[in-house]
Amino acid sequence: MSGLSKSLTRSALRPVLIGVGSLILFFIFLEFAVRFGLINQFAVAPPSDIVKAFPRLFAEEHVGDRFLDTAFEAVIASVFVALFGISAGVLLYKVRILRLATETWVAAFAAAPTVLLYPLFLVIFGRNATTIIMMGFVAGLAPVTLKTLEGLSTTRRVLVNVGRSFNLTEWQLFWKILFPSALPTIFVGVRLGLVFALINIVGVEFLINFGGLGALINELSERFDLAGTYAAICFVILVSVMVFMTTERAERWLTSAG
Amino acid sequence: MADVGRLKNPSLIGPLLNPVMRLRIVIIVAVVALWEIVAVSGWLFRDVVPSWQRIIASLAATLSQGDFYFHLWATVYEIAVGLAVGGTCGLAVGILLGGNRLLSQSFESFLYYLGPTPKIIFFPVMIMWFGIGPGSKMAMGAISCFFPIALSVAAGMREIDRVLIRVGRSFRLSTGQMVTKIYLPAMRAPILNGVRLGLGVALIGTLLAETKLSNRGVGFLIIQSYNTFDMPLMYSLLIVLFALAIGLNSIIGWFAESDRMRR
Repeated sequence: MSGLSKSLTRSALRPVLIGVGSLILFFIFLEFAVRFGLINQFAVAPPSDIVKAFPRLFAEEHVGDRFLDTAFEAVIASVFVALFGISAGVLLYKVRILRLATETWVAAFAAAPTVLLYPLFLVIFGRNATTIIMMGFVAGLAPVTLKTLEGLSTTRRVLVNVGRSFNLTEWQLFWKILFPSALPTIFVGVRLGLVFALINIVGVEFLINFGGLGALINELSERFDLAGTYAAICFVILVSVMVFMTTERAERWLTSAG
Repeated sequence: MADVGRLKNPSLIGPLLNPVMRLRIVIIVAVVALWEIVAVSGWLFRDVVPSWQRIIASLAATLSQGDFYFHLWATVYEIAVGLAVGGTCGLAVGILLGGNRLLSQSFESFLYYLGPTPKIIFFPVMIMWFGIGPGSKMAMGAISCFFPIALSVAAGMREIDRVLIRVGRSFRLSTGQMVTKIYLPAMRAPILNGVRLGLGVALIGTLLAETKLSNRGVGFLIIQSYNTFDMPLMYSLLIVLFALAIGLNSIIGWFAESDRMRR
């Protein structure tokens, strides 16, 4: 039994070791390639310089505050996305003709390149946090609406019939049966909405050079601070991966609980 | 009886009398009317919401200018090269990851978690590598479409019927022959799906890069119209852009659908 568990652990660890080991080898190769002039040092910063730039990002560029700015915008956008997206999904579920008339439009809107509307939002709201939040909101709205509609529509008939046999009112039926049953699917939509909103928020911050982490990358690149730019990009990737992993875990937990 | 049934069934009545279609027309008319009211009301700064008449006039003027087609061609060319480079790399990486369990377990999670990061943040790096010309925009398109295509192809590789692979091996096909005769024909649907997703994000990546730093392309025209506050032109360009995105997406969707029908 112990031998089996050991071999299982070894077989599970092997891919992780290969993946992480390859990444480390790649960085070592990059370090030497840049140091020995095989790769242009004005195009790629040596990985050791990037690591050294991290403390500078915290001390001089206040990356913690920048992160909080971006997080604040993402939270506000997500709250709006959840409120309006879930409400729109419920409305489409309740009013069947509205659903038939507009569901394909909402799906097309979900696939549309809405981030390209940012110059329009700049004109309407100005170069400020409202534009960034609204861009995040627009990106996340359609997935939440569609997933809410899907969750409510796929509620098992037997659950609804049980509710009706207890003579529940429409209001009680919604809150006691439909909404709890649809919650895991709604959360999938909220997670997608949050990820889309975050992508748009960081992207628009970079493009209009305003706000948190996206603007920091833009400022560092405009100062030709190569190591700092790479370090800031790595920081954004880390934040993005952590948000994605956390929401994915939460989704799995909620789906298994449901 | 049959006539009564036909009148009662909305799907058999003419499409314009269908209640769903009527509601759609009402919504469109309401949006256009609301737009016009906002345009003439003076509630917003002048020209922020121009009238439809001015937007359509600007659209007609834009489409009749040769200069616009130079910029449109620049954008289409950048997207096409980006999609070709990113798509080819994505296809190769997807086949490698999908065909080898160890490689997939070791590296696919990197692609999976890097996929949802905002790609535009790589633009400063692309400028350093490929300059401020079309090369950096093509690179943005390539980076953007690489991830969805690689992940879609890797998933598609794992779905290939094992019998087909065994048939290829029993005929002692080389790796190249396996790819062209077995893997690619068997993965048409996931490849087309990946290209469809990849095209959408390549378009976004290229155009955002054009709005940030460029002297050609539709993205450049949009940000120029913003800088000169030519709002009717900006709206007309956004209409063209969304039509382009929907049109390209529909073409690939049509290919995917006709391929599905053929099988």
